[in-house]
Amino acid sequence: MRKWLRRALTVSLGLTLAVIAAAGQTRTYRASRAADGKPNFNGIWQALNEAYWDIEAHAAAPSPVIELGAAHAVAGGLSIIEGGTLPYKPEALAKKQQNYANRLELDPEIKCYLPGVPRANYMPYPFQVIQGPKYIMMIYTYGGAVRTIYMDEHKEAPADSWMGWSNGHWDGDALVVDTTGFNDKTWFDRAGNFHSDALHVVERYTATSPDHLLYEATIEDPNVFTRPWKISMLLYRRLEKNAQIMEFRCVEFVEELMYGHLRKKPGK
Amino acid sequence: MNYRFLALVSGLVVSAVVATAPVAGQAGATGARPNGSPPKAYAAPRTPDGQPDLQGIWTNATYTPLERPKNVTKEFYTPEEALQLAKRAALEESDQTEPGTVADVHYDFTQFGLDRSQGTMALNLRTSLIVDPADGRLPPLSAEGQRRAAERAAARKSRGGPHDSVQNEPLSARCILMDRNGPPMLGGAYNNDYQIMQAPGYVMILTEMLHDARIIPLDGRPHLPPNVRQWTGSSRGHWEGQTLVVETTNLTDKFAFQGSSENMRLTERFTRVAEDTIRYQFTVEDPATWTRSWSAEVPWKKTIGPIFEHACHEGNYGLYNTLAGARAEEKRAAEEAAKKKSPK
Repeated sequence: MRKWLRRALTVSLGLTLAVIAAAGQTRTYRASRAADGKPNFNGIWQALNEAYWDIEAHAAAPSPVIELGAAHAVAGGLSIIEGGTLPYKPEALAKKQQNYANRLELDPEIKCYLPGVPRANYMPYPFQVIQGPKYIMMIYTYGGAVRTIYMDEHKEAPADSWMGWSNGHWDGDALVVDTTGFNDKTWFDRAGNFHSDALHVVERYTATSPDHLLYEATIEDPNVFTRPWKISMLLYRRLEKNAQIMEFRCVEFVEELMYGHLRKKPGK
Repeated sequence: MNYRFLALVSGLVVSAVVATAPVAGQAGATGARPNGSPPKAYAAPRTPDGQPDLQGIWTNATYTPLERPKNVTKEFYTPEEALQLAKRAALEESDQTEPGTVADVHYDFTQFGLDRSQGTMALNLRTSLIVDPADGRLPPLSAEGQRRAAERAAARKSRGGPHDSVQNEPLSARCILMDRNGPPMLGGAYNNDYQIMQAPGYVMILTEMLHDARIIPLDGRPHLPPNVRQWTGSSRGHWEGQTLVVETTNLTDKFAFQGSSENMRLTERFTRVAEDTIRYQFTVEDPATWTRSWSAEVPWKKTIGPIFEHACHEGNYGLYNTLAGARAEEKRAAEEAAKKKSPK
């Protein structure tokens, strides 16, 4: 390639990247207001990415269940993690690899267990925000999982739980949610990425348009990771006029898987 | 038992005395105003978008049975009678296991203050939750209702014993649906707690049991298509004056509330009649089951939070152990039978 052409391409590519970067940071948008003057995040939201398979970059791959063929094959996706990869401690990385190898037995999603945070936010289903001045509730399609964010009754988690205990506050126009009190039973994705009960998640929700939220979360767990790490993605408003959270009581769907072997044998 | 009983009854007296006066007044008002309009004295505060404000944490705990006991002929007890009955019910609950015995090792919810007498509870003077028909009892089954009840009983029998498979266990033991969830939403032995939130265009009722959020749109949208059936159906709400009216269709025949069909049509009415009380009324229309519609009513009292995570399925060791125990018993019985056949 001639030198001038390469230079021209480099310059135009640089410009394109600058434009994209600016578009990703339209933080100057002023969200519509709720009755209490705070940004109004009421609505039905959904992530549109492939992080639910693996929050790190990954290529497409076959389904772990041969019978499901292409219908349940892994869709390739890019990392949602700042810097690309997870800073596992060496022994934790080994456990992650074991988790991956045994994911059909170990992934809590397969058993319809509560998804935890942040996983709940980027599962491939919508969730609804019901916002009040004192409480903000997030109601997820998957398993009917629910989180209550306490905006003024901040307290320590009374006990460990699957969805954690969430204290929230407004930092300007950003909703900041500090969640602790997790158990060690949830994962970050279907690839076996995991945490301990020392997990601490600080999320930021910022409106970037009437129909987009920038979702960022800083994740800290000194038992598993060498340092805190950050994820970010967009959440999209479900704009269909009749959008609604449908019932997804998956307990019923996993009973045969979990208890089928305890069925009475015929003739006994 | 004695200590616990004393604590129970003394606690109950206090809350009952506090609850008696407003409930007695409310009972009278209800009799006079069957359409659910509140006594004129109270007007619920409004949310910023103008809805009557139902928000808060509530309990529908009650000892009042759905149907009036057969030996009772009146609609209301006197406060003294109601208090006596509540004390007796509290005693029965505290007596469910004898402390110090093997049976008491099992989870006893009265120890943790979870039973009704140790929490907030309205002293309801009604002799039954059913207010219509006037006899306080479910109406007779229609011919179709009788036929289906027989078919269901036969189908149940053909599926085998209650512990033969997970699908034969009750829905509550399987963490799929509880009476508290409904709909209609009716209390049970413990944890009858709800949180109501309102946002523009929606009312959300979170039942603590099964972390079950009912999101009720108020925008007049149509129900789900008839082929789409959900355990909790399709609920659509609107305001009639001070009353939130919620209509539910698209149910399944799997929950079968009191033997109903999937075509049951439920109308619930929530009216805040005092700062600390919501009157909850519901009407069931299901000609495929009953010869006429019927209605019931139960007060929801304000209580304290927070609502905590009820991860029922995730910790359901009881279900596993019940099934595994049944298989172990069968194995042991088979081994003993084999021994008897071939002695030595």
